[in-house]
Parts: sequence; structure tokens; C-alpha cells
Amino acid sequence: MTGQIVTANRLTDGVVVFLTPAAGWSDAVAEAALFDTASAAEGLAKGQADVARHIVVGAYLVDAEPGPAGPVPVEFRERIRARGPTVGVRGAFDVPAAFDAPAEV
Amino acid sequence: MYRYDDFDRAFLEERVAQFRDQVARRLAGDLNEDEFKPLRLMNGLYLQLHAYMLRIAIPYGTLSSLQMRRLAEVAQRWDRGYGHFTTRQNIQLNWIRLEDAPDIIAALAEVDMHGIQTSGNCIRNVTADQYAGVAADEIEDPRIWAEILRQWSTNHPEFSFLPRKFKIAVTGAELDRAAIRVHDIGLRMCRAPDGSTGFEVVVGGGLGRTPLIGKTIRDFLPKDDLLGYLEAVMRVYNALGRRDNLYKARVKILVHDIGAERMAAMVDEEFQAIQAEGGVALDPVLVARIQDHFAPPAYAPAPEGPPEVLALERADPAFARWRATNTAAHREPGYVIVNLSLKPHGRPPGDATSGEMRAVADMADRWSLGEIRVAHEQNLVLPHVRQADLPDLWRAAAAIGFATPNIGHLTDIIACPGMDYCALATARSIPIAERLADRFKNLDRLHDIGPFRINISGCINACGHHHVGHVGLLGVDKNGEEFYQITLGGSAEEDTAIGRIVGPAVSSADVVDAIERLVETYVDIREAGETFLETCRRVGNAPFKESIYAAA
Ligand code: HEM
Ligand code: SF4
Repeated sequence: MTGQIVTANRLTDGVVVFLTPAAGWSDAVAEAALFDTASAAEGLAKGQADVARHIVVGAYLVDAEPGPAGPVPVEFRERIRARGPTVGVRGAFDVPAAFDAPAEV
Repeated sequence: MYRYDDFDRAFLEERVAQFRDQVARRLAGDLNEDEFKPLRLMNGLYLQLHAYMLRIAIPYGTLSSLQMRRLAEVAQRWDRGYGHFTTRQNIQLNWIRLEDAPDIIAALAEVDMHGIQTSGNCIRNVTADQYAGVAADEIEDPRIWAEILRQWSTNHPEFSFLPRKFKIAVTGAELDRAAIRVHDIGLRMCRAPDGSTGFEVVVGGGLGRTPLIGKTIRDFLPKDDLLGYLEAVMRVYNALGRRDNLYKARVKILVHDIGAERMAAMVDEEFQAIQAEGGVALDPVLVARIQDHFAPPAYAPAPEGPPEVLALERADPAFARWRATNTAAHREPGYVIVNLSLKPHGRPPGDATSGEMRAVADMADRWSLGEIRVAHEQNLVLPHVRQADLPDLWRAAAAIGFATPNIGHLTDIIACPGMDYCALATARSIPIAERLADRFKNLDRLHDIGPFRINISGCINACGHHHVGHVGLLGVDKNGEEFYQITLGGSAEEDTAIGRIVGPAVSSADVVDAIERLVETYVDIREAGETFLETCRRVGNAPFKESIYAAA
């Protein structure tokens, strides 16, 4: 069943982070707390409290589905945001394995 | 090259100190994001899809080897070891930590660089022809005027809160390599019948949601009148430009609404008023000083068409092809302009690693009097190369993968960062560029196809200039899937044209095949010597439309 996770950028370094069940922030989407419709607003409120405390910037809800390794965002924009660019400069940094990309890439 | 004076340096140092304090206050929680955002944007620091992004200005696309090395160092030390050169002659670093940002801008300031006015509703980095000062077809070096404009517009109180961002491009040559007709103001140097030089002034060009070609409002403006006249343009815009609607706030909308004639008349009236108040004085000492900075370097005599180069050209077709495609005529006999292609197959267009930046800086020191240019096509240029050095330079460029002979050809793709990096994107751009480059990597085929420009944008903002690509691709989102709208027949040069939409957007899976069919149709129907753009203008969209939508 589709639920929602809370995401933001960490203030100090801008890294994309996700609200965890322990109400902390993780840069791994798999560690995100998956809220159902009833509890999503509560999750967002926690996120926004950390915006007010200057821990993160711009908290918002993202649709996500449970996967074997934890929540996976539904929209491809949010999947890219969670996983990093689908392209990269060889040798400059680790390029995550391309996903959803046509075989030709 | 332009060198900062004490005033410029003091200004930058002050700005660095201010920013350090602002970042400290943000990190301490004394400023919230709403308060901090305009301050960081004033220094080119954005918050993008993944992290903070720093946009660093490269005024009129001119860089010294020292500055290039510093960019390499900044990217390596504080980012992930690469940067992205953009169509606006900036470089973007995608993984900046806020905590490091003050140190970064301090490190940049040491080499006269910054991110000021690379964001916000102000006059942005003035762009110029990448061959400025060296092109064989040039009337005068336009960078002198680009620099004067930079100084005039930097922190100008009247122009710091414009209705919208404002972009100026300058060219000194007959051939337009700076896309001046798609800028808010485009300036082209020209000659009056009496031999004096001045500017054709074009206003109201722009891409984005409403692509419009700029209109000439003055055929010949004497150079001394430049600042007064542009000030008049800005005042008319500042007074009448719409602030009620973000999408209608560009000067192009104003010019389109009132017409070029009325715009010209109003600007003239304002200009007369400014002149009557004493005009905008151009200090001749200052102009002379700037002129000095851009004086041509002392070129050591060099032979035209050295025999060893001609011999290698006969012996090695790969070298011959590279020389024909990636070099351009220089005004100084015995010299040549060299383009380094930042479009090696399989790489994001415009990206360079720190190692590559350093290698380019070394090449510039060895073979180009320490100078480098950034082209709006997202390539690098070595502007002062002795023809006799071409073989060595070619090998060095090939060693870092920057010698693909594709300048101006199909795989020399302009692409914005798209959904891979940009928070505003509706689809990805770079993977399409990579797949196209892979599909057309055969060089014989690439050269048989001839001059061909593909431009890709990941959303309607058109940072990839898709409207003026011979083939333009605009990424759109259709129910959560990436699709690409195709336009044909655009051009960014003297014959500027906005491409026409062919039909419904094509899926990501189909788009490369569709382009290939389109290219095959061109190859089939072209007349002898006809480029794709010429064929497109002769036959219109119809034959291409048929091939694009032909069932695969
Ligand atoms: C990734 C961060 C970027 C953001 C957030 C961004 C945002 C925008 C926006 C909002 C516009 C529309 C302006 C308007 O309608 O007035 C625009 C236009 C433009 N951008 Fe970007 N952009 C980004 C990156 C780039 C890059 C990497 C390039 C160069 C490759 C670029 C080049 C341009 C150009 C040339 C235009 C002008 C289009 C026009 O004439 O209206 N931008 N950008
Ligand atoms: S065109 Fe759109 S997707 Fe591409 S960089 Fe500009 S704003 Fe981002």
C-alpha cells in the first residue's frame, strides 16, 4: 500500500535526508519511516519542527511504497533525489547503477 | 586578460566576510531559510535537487590557467571532483556543503572569481563570443565592453531589483557565436560608413516558456553612448516591465507587447533625458585601462601552415579531421583557435573532472599563453595556439578524451542538467544526450551528416536552449513518464530562428530511434552540399514528421 515518507535537505551540507522511525534523519531512503494516511500529517509536523530548529531545510511528504529493503519513492523525480544522479563522470565519484534507464545507456 | 584592481579586490573581500558571517548566523539558527535564501543566492549558492549548488561566473567566458587550476582544486577539495560548464559561461558545482561555502568563495576570490549576480533579478554574467579578441572575422574585441558592462551593472542600485533576471550577450564579429538574439539585450559590434565602430542593439530576445527573437532597436550606437543607452533601456524596462506575473516580467514580453518601434522611441526619449542630465560618463582613463587589459598578447612570430603539420595531416586522417572540425581561423598569421570538445562520447555534456581541468590548464600554459575560454556550447577553447603546436596539442587533448572531432556536429550536444540535478526539471536531459552520442559515435557517419545541432532542456525554462537547436528536445512529464517534445529548424546564429514543434512528444524509449530516422530522412532527401538546417528550411517539417512518427 502506498504511504508517505518525509524528506528534506540537511542544513549543514544540503544532503537529502529522510525522517526515520526514531524521529532522526538518515541519508538512506531505506531507513525512512513510512507513514500511512492517518499518520502522515504527524510525520510532516515532526519534519517541520526540525526545519524550525534549523536542522533541515524544506521538509515535505513524498509518496512511497514498501520494498524489500525499505520504502521506495513512487515518482521518478523522488527516486532520483533519493538515489542520486543516474549519470556521472567516470572516475569523479561513484555513479549509482542506472535504474529505469533504457538498456542502451 | 582583465585583472582586478584594488577596488575590485576590496569589494570581493568585503563580500566574502559578509557571507562568512551570514553562513555562521544561518548555521547557528539566527537566520531562517527565508531570510538566508536571498543572501546565499546573491553569491550564487542554490539549493538544488540533491544538495547546495554553487554557480561561479566566468565573465565573457575568459579564464586564466591559474583560475582553471583553482576551479579544479575547489571541485576536488570541497565537491566531488567535477564541475559542469553551462550555456551561460558559468561553472556549476553540484555538491557543496554549506559549512564549506565561505572557504570556497574565499578561495575563489583569491583568483578574482565569485558567484555574484549569477542568480536573482539583476543583470547576470555578461556573455561573449568565445573567440573574442582572436577571431579572424572580428571587428573589435567585445570583451572590453563586456567588462565595462560588468563593472557598470555590478551592485548598481537601480538594477539590483529588476522585475526579473536580465541577460546580456556581446559579439564583436559578423558571425554570431554568442546567441545575441535570444538574450534580453544582444550587442553586435559593427562599423559605420565613416569607419567608426559601435553596436547594433537588439532587445527582447529570450527562450524559456515564451521564446522570442530579439528586435533591433538601434542599427548603430556609437561606443561612447553605450552605457547611457543601456541605462535608458533598463529604465524603460524597470518602469514598465510587469512585476505582477513572473512569466510576463521579462523585457521580451514588454517589447513584444508594445512593439520594437515604440520601444526604440521610448528608449530614445529616456536616452535624451539621460544625456541632458549629463549622460553616463565613461571615464576615458578607465576605458583605456580596460582596453590595455585586453590588448592582444605579444605573439611570437610563427609560420603559417608549417610543413610538419601539413605532413601529419596527409599521413593521419584522424588528425586532419580533428584539425578541420575543432579548430578555427585566428586573426594572427601562424596561429589558430583550438576547441576542446567537452562532449566525449558517454559523458555528460559540459562536465569536466578536476584532473581534466588541470590538464587543460597545463595545455593552456604550454600552448595558449595561459588562457582558456568557455563556449556557450559547453566546450572549452584554447585561443592562442601556434599552428606548429597542433600535433602535440592534439595528442595531449586526445589523452584526456577532449579531442573528439565533433564540434558543431550531432554529438556536440547542448544539454542542461535536467532531472539528474535540477529541482525544476520535468525530465532528464543528460541520459538522452549520452544515448544520442552513443548512437552516432561512428565518426564517418557523423561527418557525413555534417553540421547538426541538438539542444536538450529538462523543462520549459530552456536552459539547454532547445528552441534554437536545429533539433530541439524538451523533456516533459506524461503521467510520471519521461517524454520529449521535438522541435525542428531552430538556430542561434545570425539567422536566429525558433524551432517548430513537430507533433506529440515521443517517449524516452523511442526518442533516439526517432532522431535516427529523422537523420536518415535528411540524408536521403538533402541536395548536394545542403546542411540539415537548409534542408529543413527548404522542405519544412512534413517529411521529418513522417519519419519521426513512423512505427519503429
Ligand atoms: C540547475 C540549476 C538551474 C536552475 C534552478 C535554473 C533555473 C532557470 C529558470 C527558472 C529559468 C527561466 C528564466 C525565466 O523564465 O525568466 C532559466 C533560464 C535559463 N537558464 Fe537556467 N537553471 C539552472 C541551470 C542552468 C544551466 C546549467 C544552464 C546552462 C547549461 C542554464 C542556462 C539558462 C539559460 C541560458 C536560460 C535562459 C532562457 C531564457 O532566455 O529565458 N541554467 N533557468
Ligand atoms: S531547463 Fe529546466 S531542467 Fe534544465 S536546468 Fe533549466 S530549469 Fe533545470
